[in-house]
Amino acid sequence: MSKFYENGEGKETVLQQITAKVPAGSIVTLVGPSGSGKSTILSLCNLLITPDGGRVIVEGKEVRDWNVHELRRHVGLAFQMGTMLLGTVKDNLLLAARLHQLETEATERIMQYVGLSEGMLARQADELSGGQKQRVALARTLVNRPSILLLDEVTSALDPAAARGIEELIIKIHNDRQNTILWVTHDLEQAKRVGDFTWLLAEGRLVEQADTASFFSQPKEPFTRRFLKGELSEEAAR
Amino acid sequence: MSLFTLSLALVFVGVAIVLSSGLKLGLEKDIVIAAVRSTIQLLIIGYVLSFIFSADSPVFMIVMVMLIIGAASQNIIKRKHNIPGLAWRVVVTLVTIEAVSMLFLLGLQIIPPSPRYVITFSGMIVGSSMVIANLFLNRLKAEVQTRKEEVQVVLALGGTSRQAMQPILKGAIRASMIPTIDSTKTMGLVQLPGMMTGQIIGGADPIEAVRFQLVIVFSLLATAALTSIILGRLAYPALFNEYEQLNYKE
Ligand SMILES: Nc1ncnc2c1ncn2[C@@H]1O[C@H](COP(=O)(O)OP(=O)(O)O)[C@@H](O)[C@H]1O
Ligand SMILES: [Mg+2]
Repeated sequence: MSKFYENGEGKETVLQQITAKVPAGSIVTLVGPSGSGKSTILSLCNLLITPDGGRVIVEGKEVRDWNVHELRRHVGLAFQMGTMLLGTVKDNLLLAARLHQLETEATERIMQYVGLSEGMLARQADELSGGQKQRVALARTLVNRPSILLLDEVTSALDPAAARGIEELIIKIHNDRQNTILWVTHDLEQAKRVGDFTWLLAEGRLVEQADTASFFSQPKEPFTRRFLKGELSEEAAR
Repeated sequence: MSLFTLSLALVFVGVAIVLSSGLKLGLEKDIVIAAVRSTIQLLIIGYVLSFIFSADSPVFMIVMVMLIIGAASQNIIKRKHNIPGLAWRVVVTLVTIEAVSMLFLLGLQIIPPSPRYVITFSGMIVGSSMVIANLFLNRLKAEVQTRKEEVQVVLALGGTSRQAMQPILKGAIRASMIPTIDSTKTMGLVQLPGMMTGQIIGGADPIEAVRFQLVIVFSLLATAALTSIILGRLAYPALFNEYEQLNYKE
């Protein structure tokens, strides 16, 4: 699929004819310099943006053929900042249930599952720490019982301990529910730890895709080798 | 009042010009333009109204009301609110406001169905709707910009654009109504409303003038709420596309 954006000088190509497949039940880690189009790929998978060329197939059906609300319940997305809506933790936790009039298990159970205390339910959501917000954000997504999870740098705004906690929580979710996960991360060690497959994206092109072990031990592309040495992410940051 | 007496009031304009040039405010030209424009516009409207009142024909009355709505819509649309298809949404809103308030005022015989009342009341109601609509649209724009992530969170959970916009619309509706409510609270204490002042100067009984003013105040409160609610309901879908994606361009 492809994606362009109109900017001042005309069309800017953000993704160029990406072709890739996420096997059901697996974890794919997606790495690449910032601005390479990682978030754009995630947004295409739940139709928060529309592809300009090509197709995005989710469980055999093109995203535009899905009912968009069902698609987004099925394909959950967690954002980098764990944005909370105004209101209490409980309001945020039960957001999806309220949007779709769903029955949910007890909020206490959900809180316990994501490692938060029940007592927090009544607190204002914007008072939580970054890690706590991210836990609530994940729980909020899980209420929809998605079979696919899109994770956009969910640990990159957190300190190492909190990041590790969120990572472990996601692995627990994956083990319990067998979700398919497309996980964007800037943390190469994390990509190596959690991925079954790893893709490298640069300037809108999929440079390399391989199973995670060979991606890190025997990268095929020279570009990937330079990226893994950290030469390229510095460049992009500048 | 004779034209000679009126021209004496130009002294006030002269004072403003002298002050502006003395203090180097650089506003002399604008003051002259403002004075000339207001004179011409008001004189024209005076002659037009006196013609319409004497003709006493519903056709002229309706044309006049349509002109008022047209001018108010133009004022809202020409501000760059960046909402696609805003024009018809604004016109529909103002027409609805006018229709509802006239239905109420005429239906309950609060005002008689003569041009003298219908045109003046329409002017005040549509004028206030225009101010509210501009406040509302500015606020809507600002809220969508600052709370874009929250909208995305709801959409990403499979919520509808309506569900995603609900808190923002509520905030913008509230914000647009607050000035009207505040000025209603201080009415009669700080300022005497223009229409009441005019009636009193024209020799009307102050008690009678106050009653009319209260009718205006109450209808303005209702139209303030209605304007934002109707316009909000009509405007927010324009910020989304068929796939429930927020496509608001700054
Ligand atoms: N709404 C948008 N309008 C225009 N350009 C955009 C928009 N969103 C992202 N981009 C551009 O697309 C490119 C890829 O962005 P993104 O997918 O967010 O990268 P990443 O997540 O890998 O950092 C960037 O160059 C960015 O400037
Ligand atoms: Mg990103």
